[in-house]
Amino acid sequence: MSTTLKISRRSRLPAPLVVPAVLAAVASLAPLAYLVDVAFDRGASYLWDEIWQRRTLDLVVRSGLLAAAVTAASVALSIPLAWSVMRSDLVGRRVWRVVLALPLAVPSYLAAFAWISWESSLAGFWGAFLVLTAVSYPYVYLPLTAAFSRLDQALEEIASVHGRGSTTRLMMLAARQCRGTIAAGSLLVALYVLSDFGAVATMRYDAFTWVIYGAYRAGFNPTRAAVLALVLVLIALALVVAEVVARGRAVTTMTSRAVARHRPIRLRRNAVWFQLLAVAITAVSLVFPVWRILVWVDSYGPEDGFGDVMSALWGSVRYSVVAAVATVLVALPIALLVARYRTRTTLLLDRSTYVTHALPGIVVAISMVFIGVRVMRPVYLEAPLLVLAYVALFLPLAVGGIRASAEQIPLGLDDVARSLGSSPMAVVRRINLPLVAPGLAAAAALVTLAAMKELPVTMLLRPTGTETLATRLWTYTTVSDYAGAGPYALAIIVFVAIPTAIATGRR
Amino acid sequence: MSTPRRFLNVSVSFLVAGLFPIALVACGGDDGESNDTSSEIADSADPCEGATGTITVYSGRSEKLVADLYTSFSTDTGIGVEVRYGDSGELAGQILTEGSASPADVFFSQDAGALGAVSQVGLFATLPTSILDRVPSEFSSPIGHWVGTSGRVRVIVYNPTLVPAPPASIDELLDSSWKGKIGFAPTNASWQSFVTALRVIRGEDAAREWLQGFADNDPVAYEKNGAVRDAVNAGEVSLGLVNHYYLFEKIAAEGADAVVAKNQYLPGDIGGLVNVAGAGVLAESGNRRAAQCLVSYFVSDTGQQYFVDESFEYPLVGGVAPVDGQPAFDELDPPAIDLSDLSSIAATQELLADVGLLTL
Repeated sequence: MSTTLKISRRSRLPAPLVVPAVLAAVASLAPLAYLVDVAFDRGASYLWDEIWQRRTLDLVVRSGLLAAAVTAASVALSIPLAWSVMRSDLVGRRVWRVVLALPLAVPSYLAAFAWISWESSLAGFWGAFLVLTAVSYPYVYLPLTAAFSRLDQALEEIASVHGRGSTTRLMMLAARQCRGTIAAGSLLVALYVLSDFGAVATMRYDAFTWVIYGAYRAGFNPTRAAVLALVLVLIALALVVAEVVARGRAVTTMTSRAVARHRPIRLRRNAVWFQLLAVAITAVSLVFPVWRILVWVDSYGPEDGFGDVMSALWGSVRYSVVAAVATVLVALPIALLVARYRTRTTLLLDRSTYVTHALPGIVVAISMVFIGVRVMRPVYLEAPLLVLAYVALFLPLAVGGIRASAEQIPLGLDDVARSLGSSPMAVVRRINLPLVAPGLAAAAALVTLAAMKELPVTMLLRPTGTETLATRLWTYTTVSDYAGAGPYALAIIVFVAIPTAIATGRR
Repeated sequence: MSTPRRFLNVSVSFLVAGLFPIALVACGGDDGESNDTSSEIADSADPCEGATGTITVYSGRSEKLVADLYTSFSTDTGIGVEVRYGDSGELAGQILTEGSASPADVFFSQDAGALGAVSQVGLFATLPTSILDRVPSEFSSPIGHWVGTSGRVRVIVYNPTLVPAPPASIDELLDSSWKGKIGFAPTNASWQSFVTALRVIRGEDAAREWLQGFADNDPVAYEKNGAVRDAVNAGEVSLGLVNHYYLFEKIAAEGADAVVAKNQYLPGDIGGLVNVAGAGVLAESGNRRAAQCLVSYFVSDTGQQYFVDESFEYPLVGGVAPVDGQPAFDELDPPAIDLSDLSSIAATQELLADVGLLTL
């Protein structure tokens, strides 16, 4: 085994994967290049003065606190939730598996509106914390359910035999083995919090994104906005590095079988706590916003006809599905490289896709406007540019999804095929691609729902005259017309829930 | 300029080229030679004469508010209108980022500040006098880059059950009896326009003094004016600094019974600033004639009546009357100010940040 692994590591990276992967990774950094350019617009000393201010430090602290709190809460919730639905005999676990992932379908701005229109004193840190935890914990929960389902039961059995079989111990034992998955999910949550605009703006929490938005929108001060966005990139970079460290050599603890058989662990009296937790989380993150939306819909007057809602829905579905296909195609070479040929280069490729993802949507949108109008004039404010922006924004979601399923294929399989004379690309074509197919569907679903929820990039780059559910919703909420927003909010939740269910229920 | 700067430009070009192989052609600087031959048409009597085709409008005014107006314009003139709705500041940002390559023909903005920002970088064409003359000159760009289309007045919205006698001047708001009871929207463009007017009229030091006093009274920050109005109506705060029409919007949406809040107008006080929505034609517009036709439609009697009926704002053209329940326009007695000075928002934001009313 160890000798074959060495062969695999030493073999040269196949060019047909490397070339598109490098192109994609470099292209996804275009918004960063724009930022650097604008940030240095007034010279390096101006840049330094802007950064070296008390208020910038305050921002770092405020955003950092929020990101840390939401990430910690997401992990603390996801471990018992994912463990109980995957490894235990929890009643209704098959339904819970999907239901607990559905809060992904709730856009942060929608959840925030729902809460603040009900109780305005939630504004501030705790409101932002509540909403962001409720909508982003599935980023840890989802990959963790997948990891738990692959977990070998041997360790749990050994622990039971040695009398260390309390529910909590077994759960923590399983969680420790999935450290890498938890780290990867935490990274997504932390980046989501740092780049989220809707929740912090609605909850009036002075985080980076709100301040950056203000500098662009009311200040016409692109330099300051770019400088702050660059600071945000640095924080994101630190997080990405931290994740690599935390991930460690997690992959080795996975079973080599694609799906491990295991007997569910009996929860007995503890079951009630797990049921209560699942009910509480669902109530806060899903039932409450849906209930608020239904209240809005109930007071709905004849603002828009059915046709308006349908055409907005068609706009959302069309762009997000095309974006999902494009993103998966672009992500595939990167994901295969990092999963099958783990070197510094492939890791760097993989990590670099997170940079743009960590930028606030408004920053990515403005940079795509700048680039688009100058070098892609024929498709500026046309569908192709919007799709490209989605690809740059959501690339790591797709890479992560594909990578997770590509890592399940034992490396030995590649080595056997290679030793029988297959070229690296033949291995990819005949062995890797068929085996990652389910991962592709999940990755596409993840990108679809992210694109359907996305607001700033859609707003700035959508073809003139077309509307999506998100832009319609925004139109009504800016004039605080909750009744008019109702149908669009409902449609977003329902139609984003579909890809969410696909992403969850694929097993 | 310096070497690092050139390096960055090169690296941007490199990355862009990596992204879009067809690129680099349009990368050269397009320094404005706006010797537009169509500028001759500028002063013909009827701005719509011979106007045809389709134009693109960047509309900072919401679809709900103005979509019907664009439709009736198309019906009346046969000119097609493609509309991009968005936030005025964001659209101004988009135009500034697009530069002379902007696909916009007309920019219709919610406030004068965003128009001023576009005007300042020279992206607007000069409007014909037949359009500019419709509106009192103090409500348009002094260099004819944009024309005011409707007016909104800053007011104090108050909850009469909590505040029997509302203040008649913003200076009364500094009284400690209002501590923690005033709502405002720190990032809202109209609030920042008011603070800008305060700076311009009273000077930096006096403005800072007022703002410091205001900040010491712990005002409650909301995301936007609508939220301030709702908070006042719900009794969460006693009064708020907003524009006059938010109250009328709520009454129209929820009925007079659902609304207890009232407007206190501030004639003769700096707090009673009149700001405008306005529109301008982009200098690089490919169809300037049709673009001017649309702007002239905004200041026609039809357009003015539309704004009164739909947005509850003040008409700027004589002969069109405001909504019932609003004081007459000439009773408002707003502070005298050149509205194009309201574009110095950056300085306003610095000041607001200094006194702790805004996070920059």
